[in-house]
Amino acid sequence: MQRRDFLKECGLFLLVTKAVEGLFGAGAAAAEEPAGTKAGGGSGGESGNGGDHLYGMAIDVDKCIGCGRCVEACKTENGVPKEPFFCRTWVERYTVKTDNTLVVQSITSAGQKSDAPVEEKEIKRSFFVPKLCNHCAHPPCVQVCPVGATFSTKEGVVIVDEERCIGCRYCIQACPYGARYLNPETHTADKCTFCYHRVTKGMLPACVEVCPTQARIFGDLKGKASPLQRFERMRKIHTLKPGLNTEPKVFYADLDGVVR
Amino acid sequence: MKEELVQRLAELAPKVEGFIYPNEVEIHWSILIVVYPYVTGLVAGAFILASLVKVFKVKELQPTYRLSLLTALSFLLIATLPLLLHLGRPERCFEIFLTPNPTSAMAMFGFVYAWYLMAVLLLEIWFEYRPDMIRMSQTKPFPWNWLYRALSLFSSDVSERARAFDAKALKAITVIGIPSAFLLHGYVGFIFGSVKANPWWSSVLMPIVFLFSAIVSGIAMVMLLYMIITPLRGKPIEIACVDRVASYLFYAVIVDFSLEALDFIHRLYESEESIGILSTMVTSRLFVSLLVMQVLLGMVVPLGIMVVIKLSKMNDELRKLLYFTAAILIQMGIFSTRWNIVIGGQLFSKSFLGLTAYKMEIMGIEGLLTALVLLALPFVILVVLLKLLPAWPGDEAASSAPPPPPVSDAGPAPAIAPAV
Repeated sequence: MQRRDFLKECGLFLLVTKAVEGLFGAGAAAAEEPAGTKAGGGSGGESGNGGDHLYGMAIDVDKCIGCGRCVEACKTENGVPKEPFFCRTWVERYTVKTDNTLVVQSITSAGQKSDAPVEEKEIKRSFFVPKLCNHCAHPPCVQVCPVGATFSTKEGVVIVDEERCIGCRYCIQACPYGARYLNPETHTADKCTFCYHRVTKGMLPACVEVCPTQARIFGDLKGKASPLQRFERMRKIHTLKPGLNTEPKVFYADLDGVVR
Repeated sequence: MKEELVQRLAELAPKVEGFIYPNEVEIHWSILIVVYPYVTGLVAGAFILASLVKVFKVKELQPTYRLSLLTALSFLLIATLPLLLHLGRPERCFEIFLTPNPTSAMAMFGFVYAWYLMAVLLLEIWFEYRPDMIRMSQTKPFPWNWLYRALSLFSSDVSERARAFDAKALKAITVIGIPSAFLLHGYVGFIFGSVKANPWWSSVLMPIVFLFSAIVSGIAMVMLLYMIITPLRGKPIEIACVDRVASYLFYAVIVDFSLEALDFIHRLYESEESIGILSTMVTSRLFVSLLVMQVLLGMVVPLGIMVVIKLSKMNDELRKLLYFTAAILIQMGIFSTRWNIVIGGQLFSKSFLGLTAYKMEIMGIEGLLTALVLLALPFVILVVLLKLLPAWPGDEAASSAPPPPPVSDAGPAPAIAPAV
């Protein structure tokens, strides 16, 4: 219930600031910003000034073992329906065969039996890729929402106001990453929030917290020395579908070119 | 509700081919969203036909003028229903007017719709029927005289000057109406064409293809209705009128066909990343609805029929029969076009690695029956409108009695209505 109220206030706040901005020009509204939470955001738990964060996540592809605990933790933390057709995050298992054909499977729960889909001698290479909302800087879902129910917070997190969403599903069509679904209980669009309710309290997203291999690194892109920034400095980084100009804030290291 | 959905998705899961993202098993825009562009297309097309009479002064089309306007209105009145029934939270639909998102194409829907209904269609019909309504308010028995008085907004001036103003207003409204009709349906095309994540939809040609297929379907629908209603009135079908309508239909189909062919060839030639999965989809999941129903039966055959009619000298009866067949095939073809765009656009995964399946519900809110009721409703509305506002002078004597309950399509409608 608290989260609901929070989202409601966020939506209302955004609306008011938008109106004020429209009236008095951008910037006037920013001054009235309530002091944000003490969100640390980084894996190291560093804190920053209220609202002065830009959250992102990095995925160390080679560290993912496809255990699916992130999926399970996400579903538990966020009340996502248990069935495999509704996912805020999931893991994809890619198998490139010796003839260069591709076999891909989804891991949508912990402990999901994931035998190799092909004979071992036919495998050229195989790896796991965790997927989630990319919290794009130019989110197509936000652009198309007819009522402004889905929006980017000032921390760069794309969330849905379930009190306002009319369930038209245009955002689901517009998302290039398949990261959205219609929640069968609320009949509104639903998606990853980077565990906004947790990160604004200085905690980590549930999926990051449970990952046994630290394949997911969450942090502040604005912070000076967050593990995320260090990761970005040290590794070769790629994003998904860069050609669509969505500018994801989920960054993949060692991403294979076959991943879509 | 949730259990039902989960069960439906579990049944679909084995039909998935290749890899799709887990959230993509569910087809989100169902048959109702197929009905929506089909219906708005009919509205725009019927209006364009009417405008040929007023703006381009095509005399032979006069018998279809009022029918076109009333057809457009009948379909426009239900155009919002499929959208409304489709919403997850229909009770919040007014949000689209209260807090429209300026960057959303869909948010403009309410405004485009309201503009077209209020500023174009109702206004044109009112000016067109004003003298008739005034006359009927004087000649009809109670309570019909009051109804017509109210419908004419209590105007009573039928002087030369007033009628000259009507004519002027009509022309002005039609001139505004043509771009508005283009806007109404081009806009629907834009809703699909602007989704960059979906290569099946994302095309700058989409609004234009929508527009011409709308003109095709609207003209064919009015032609069908004219050929059905005229014998029912006990009047002969004016073959000159049908010939003329068919001739416009012929050119519209050619343009539509060329545009779709261009889109198709362009995609094949560019052969972008998505071409593999799209080709697989067209030759497997969409084979019947696209290649057979849309292209072959919905376009090539009707075009062939109309070419044969143009080239050979056949008698009027045979010609009428062939026109009728062509128009029915075209309706089916355009409905298939909408199906292939809306459903086809969701059958392939945005990973371009697999296909999902669509299994239409029969009974549910988003099922086949609802779609059929929604498609039958405009005809019921049209029967009522034609009783209230006779489309042909000389029919008023027959309609001076209070309108009986509509017969043609009303049969199944009330029985199913509770399900809606």
